[in-house]
Amino acid sequence: MCLAIPAIVTALEDDDMAVVALEGIKKRISVALLDEIEVGDYVLVHVGYALHKVSPEEAERTLQLMAEAGILKEELEEISGGAA
Amino acid sequence: MNMVDKGVSIRAGSVDMTHGGGGRAMAELIADLFQRHLGNPILAQGNDGALLEPQNGRLVMSTDGHVISPLFFPGGDIGSLSVHGTLNDVAMTGARPLYLTAGFILEEGFPLADLERIVMSMARAAKEAGVPIVTGDTKVVEKGKGDGVFITTTGLGVVPDGVHVSVECAKPGQAVLLSGSIGDHGVAILSKRESLEFETEIRSDSAALHGMVAAMVEAVPGIAVLRDPTRGGLAATLNEIARTANVGMMLDEAMIPMKPDVAAACELLGLDPLYVANEGKLVCLCDAGDADVLLEVMRAHPLGGDAARIGTVIDDDVNLIQMKTGFGGTRVVDWLAGEQLPRIC
Amino acid sequence: MKYVDEFRAGDLAEKLARQIASEASADRTYHFMEFCGGHTHAIFRYGVQDLMPENVHFVHGPGCPVCVLPVRRLDDAVELAEKHGAILCSYGDMMRVPGTKQRSLIKAKADGADIRMVYSTLDALKIARDNPDRQVVFFAIGFETTTPPTAVAIKQAEAEGLENFSVFCNHVLTPPAIGHILDSDDFAPGGPAKIDGFLGPSHVSAVIGSKPYEAAAEKYQKPVVIAGFEPLDVMQSVLMLIRQVNEGRAEVENEYTRVVTREGNRKAQALTGEVLELRESFEWRGLGSVPHSALRIRDAYAFFDAEKRFTVSEKQSRETKSCECPAILRGVKKPTDCKLFGTVCTPENPMGSCMVSSEGACAAYWTYGRFRDPARQKADAA
Repeated sequence: MCLAIPAIVTALEDDDMAVVALEGIKKRISVALLDEIEVGDYVLVHVGYALHKVSPEEAERTLQLMAEAGILKEELEEISGGAA
Repeated sequence: MNMVDKGVSIRAGSVDMTHGGGGRAMAELIADLFQRHLGNPILAQGNDGALLEPQNGRLVMSTDGHVISPLFFPGGDIGSLSVHGTLNDVAMTGARPLYLTAGFILEEGFPLADLERIVMSMARAAKEAGVPIVTGDTKVVEKGKGDGVFITTTGLGVVPDGVHVSVECAKPGQAVLLSGSIGDHGVAILSKRESLEFETEIRSDSAALHGMVAAMVEAVPGIAVLRDPTRGGLAATLNEIARTANVGMMLDEAMIPMKPDVAAACELLGLDPLYVANEGKLVCLCDAGDADVLLEVMRAHPLGGDAARIGTVIDDDVNLIQMKTGFGGTRVVDWLAGEQLPRIC
Repeated sequence: MKYVDEFRAGDLAEKLARQIASEASADRTYHFMEFCGGHTHAIFRYGVQDLMPENVHFVHGPGCPVCVLPVRRLDDAVELAEKHGAILCSYGDMMRVPGTKQRSLIKAKADGADIRMVYSTLDALKIARDNPDRQVVFFAIGFETTTPPTAVAIKQAEAEGLENFSVFCNHVLTPPAIGHILDSDDFAPGGPAKIDGFLGPSHVSAVIGSKPYEAAAEKYQKPVVIAGFEPLDVMQSVLMLIRQVNEGRAEVENEYTRVVTREGNRKAQALTGEVLELRESFEWRGLGSVPHSALRIRDAYAFFDAEKRFTVSEKQSRETKSCECPAILRGVKKPTDCKLFGTVCTPENPMGSCMVSSEGACAAYWTYGRFRDPARQKADAA
């Protein structure tokens, strides 16, 4: 449900419109649903509207969590294996 | 009658019913537009049928009707597409295309300048391919009964001796090769569709593939199957082969070439690029031992630079196309149910 | 694609799979309902099930707006185009959904109705501007994600004085549907449905935040993890759900923090609230009548309400007989439990809504998952 995709804001236009880029694809969308928006922000695009900003810090944190899930266990095994 | 006296006024004029009426207006249109741009000795014979030289070898014939909106798109138009599409259908039997015919259905009111642009584009495509358009036909329908212009082309070709490329030759163990990136044509078209408009550098891959095919069958005369994955994309083509030959396939998603912009456009519109049309790509099934030689030949050709081995034919009574995903799972690549529509969810 | 490709990485998936396998307790099963079709799609599209231990199961929920729209509303939309001569603008998703007697928007279009597929409400507004002599109706469907753009369009139409524009509003709400599912007899102790936790909506939650799920998690003692729609998000969220189940917790957790906050998008909420209001109740395909589960256009904007502008006739709208969509939408039956599945009902010729949308449980199962079907494996072995 609710297909939405993160894209970077490349230009702000009048009437709550903006241009976003996804790789080389550029599309005009509405940013009427967002309060503050700047060129360079990543926004989640749904049916031609920016729905929410994407937080780079939180994205990084989630990826870190995912990476740690597996790594921790491997490292633990390695450590315990090394100690034995 | 001033049109007749001055010839077809292409710059300002538009198609009307007299252009299909069999009278002088039609003769003028044929002379000033079709013969002028498409001219070749066989077309110049001026008969209702084109007289052709005898050929050695098995003949191949294919016909294809072309309807497309928009008529002009990045990387081509209905004219070049109608030439490439039929040449490719002929070439997918391993044949060398020899002749083309073209039938036009024009809608009343269609600008003659646009028609000329289309015919010039056909002429260019035919010339580049080295295959003349030897006969044709024009009909005009009333305003509202057509979509500007429809073009049907037929191609005739000859298969080299010792070549037998046919879908029933697909066998388990064969390699599945793809000549380049998928989805370019479909995305280029979508980018210009009203209400979807987006900007992209992606251009249609519309191209005539018989040159590459000739090099391929020369290197490996035992090629089993060739297909161009047009409507319905790679997925439809592979499913057709699998069902006809009663086999299955296992694909490797990571090996399927795709431009980042095509992937992005598909994400944006909710489309699966495996189902998006191509007009200048081919799928080849061959013995696994011949795969590397063929890939080398394909990559050496300007239209096959990104050629890749994307999978293997397997034994499967249910004829499923399966795919190892880049994520590490497996999915089925099924037939497309109806036209793929952009979606929001 | 930044913030997309990273969350589809196979190497991380492998690590997460190992972690899930090591934390999932071997002496029990885990049934997690993904409410959203977006998760269903991701699970099948990327083969996520292959990376799960055998005792972790996904139960596909009703979160596909196309699937839950009752036939009657679709029939009404067709009537707006056919009898009232309006230009009906619809998202592509709705085009092939069969209404009464298998009549879909695409079929009505083929018969001459002026039905246009749009990507955005912005396109519907443009069509209204370009056709001042025609009535233009936007067929609004979707959950909280898709609702704010409809509200913006109505306000825009008012600001421009676009008098020929109106909206046929069918927007529905997620939390009441989750509550309704959990309230049903199916989920009573000993009932047929088994759910240990929920993968919570991604983009609905971007708008409404994670807060609205807290009451349900508490009341029904079921863990909820708001999960992104990328396959790694799904896996990480499954891990979080397993941990909650193992520890006996029933909390709302948020995996999709890069987009979802507890409060959501307040501006979008305010715009929606200004233009739309709660309906007393609304009919859901599969769930029946659910109180306070949908939105209608407020009186202040009644001028743009297609339901008020046009009078649609009473009609006998009918589901296809023996279609199990209702039970499948509630997670009580699997697509393969339906005798129509794969025989009369296929994506080429869908009988029920679950087979139409690529997010519908039946279509997703057919397209991506049926080769896992035990019957198929048996056939293979034979």
